[in-house]
Amino acid sequence: MSDIRTETMTVNMGPQHPSTHGVLRLVLELDGEVIQSVIPTIGYLHTGIEKTAEQKKWQQVIPLVERMDYLAAQSNSLAYALSVEKLLGLEMPQRVKDIRVLIAELQRIASHLIWIGTHGLEIGAVSMLFYAVRERELLLNINELIAGFRFFPSYIRIGGLREDLPRGFHAQVQEFLDRFPAKIDEFEGLLTKNDMYRRRTEGVGFITKEHAYAWGLVGPIARAGGSDYDVRKYFPYSGYETYDFKVPIATEGDVYARYRVRVAEMRESLKIAKQALDRISPTGVFACNDTRVVPPPKDKVYSEMEALIQHFLIYSQGFTVPAGEAYVPVEGPRGEHGCYIVSDGTNRPWRVKMRAPSFMAIQALPTVVQGGLIADVVAVIGSTDVVMGDCDR
Amino acid sequence: MDAQAIIDSLSPLVPGASFEAAPSVDFATVYVPAEQVVATCQALRDSLGFEVLAEVTCADYLPRAPRYEVVYHLLSVSKRLRLRLKVRVAADGTLATVQGVYPSAGWLEREVWDMFGIVFDGHNDLRRLLMPEDWEGHPQRKDYPVQIQKAAQTYAPLEVSQEQFQANLVRDRVTRTH
Repeated sequence: MSDIRTETMTVNMGPQHPSTHGVLRLVLELDGEVIQSVIPTIGYLHTGIEKTAEQKKWQQVIPLVERMDYLAAQSNSLAYALSVEKLLGLEMPQRVKDIRVLIAELQRIASHLIWIGTHGLEIGAVSMLFYAVRERELLLNINELIAGFRFFPSYIRIGGLREDLPRGFHAQVQEFLDRFPAKIDEFEGLLTKNDMYRRRTEGVGFITKEHAYAWGLVGPIARAGGSDYDVRKYFPYSGYETYDFKVPIATEGDVYARYRVRVAEMRESLKIAKQALDRISPTGVFACNDTRVVPPPKDKVYSEMEALIQHFLIYSQGFTVPAGEAYVPVEGPRGEHGCYIVSDGTNRPWRVKMRAPSFMAIQALPTVVQGGLIADVVAVIGSTDVVMGDCDR
Repeated sequence: MDAQAIIDSLSPLVPGASFEAAPSVDFATVYVPAEQVVATCQALRDSLGFEVLAEVTCADYLPRAPRYEVVYHLLSVSKRLRLRLKVRVAADGTLATVQGVYPSAGWLEREVWDMFGIVFDGHNDLRRLLMPEDWEGHPQRKDYPVQIQKAAQTYAPLEVSQEQFQANLVRDRVTRTH
């Protein structure tokens, strides 16, 4: 038998493959079912957002960055707004911080819901998607309520929020928070002890803590391998140090561990959201009192000359940001989302760069799947929760 | 740990390097001479506990000379520290890759080359990453137009004459007010 000629086979996966979360192309070299090498090709979704941002005024960049990681839009805009506020030296009122925390946690749950749905769908638990998307719909309704826009609300602005919370906000969020714990139990009932799901995910796609750090993966992927790094605990922003929550950790580092970490994260996010909602008064301040950045209230624009001038200055020329640079990381659903901005002291950014967790995850993908089986590639991509918009920007 | 403290603990580990503290609003920022980048990263990872290279990026400061600044964002989980390294690179300058120290630098440096055209010596795979393989030029440079108005061609490499290029530049110019 030893004289039988064997050769490896090259298989092209993507860019239109349904399990590649957008348009990711993988060139797989296979020996039977075993993967010899993987070459990822990205860039199909590159839209030059960072270049475009340099042409826009500071406040016009918010809708742009929200379209990078389109499943965690408000995590992008929070990172950007915090960076610009750092350069401007602005401190937010407590109520604004609490609303931002609430929005960020609801965004994390929404992103994890899409993840649990698509990840389940890809490895055979098709009905997961319907359970998850049904709950996400409620979160999109909340987005619609606060901003009139479901996917990219642009509600977080430099210097605060776009406007005050609408009537009925508390009731709608409270309804979701009351309903959701039972739904997480339902998800877990469908997957956590599901024999087929566990066979597909246990012992597959190991990423240890050291491996994750070497490849720049910080976030749920590293936490499933034993790291306890969470930006919210290590470098608190927006008042996270005042909230009571735990950082879920697993030590196995396989696909199943990443699943358990993310499900536990949803429960912790709920805890944070509950605390935040209790602190937020139905009406109150929704921006800092810096007139350089925050437009004056509409009733003043119509009655006072100075307010009218300020209103027009902000919307025509924009505001200037002191020269310098800032990088503020936030804990996005996929890991550390950071925004590096450079200002030359004018009304437009000189450079905007997002640290994209999906970019790092796809870079590390070959080191995770090599030597494994081709069927596991789909499980591993799903478990890293990559979003190609985030990766290609 | 401020920038000066990091320089003080770094200087004995990297002989002959002249570090320079830079002003910053968020965390310590240190200018590193271009030829000492690899040795500095090695020392930071092995002796000072910076396990993670979170980000490599670049900013084009045209018309200033040296034109580029390559920026490395390091993270030490064990010490709860962040550090920004900055390297000044001339318009035709090159830089050594830090892939050997931090594997995560691979794609990050590739993106910097793709977008800014800074060559990383010793990089194992310096190809186009985000732009198509036959793309000409480096789009994030400040002298690159925002939009090239040209009929789409799917098979031939993109060719833009010098006149078209300049016309696009003039058309895209935005006014920056101080």
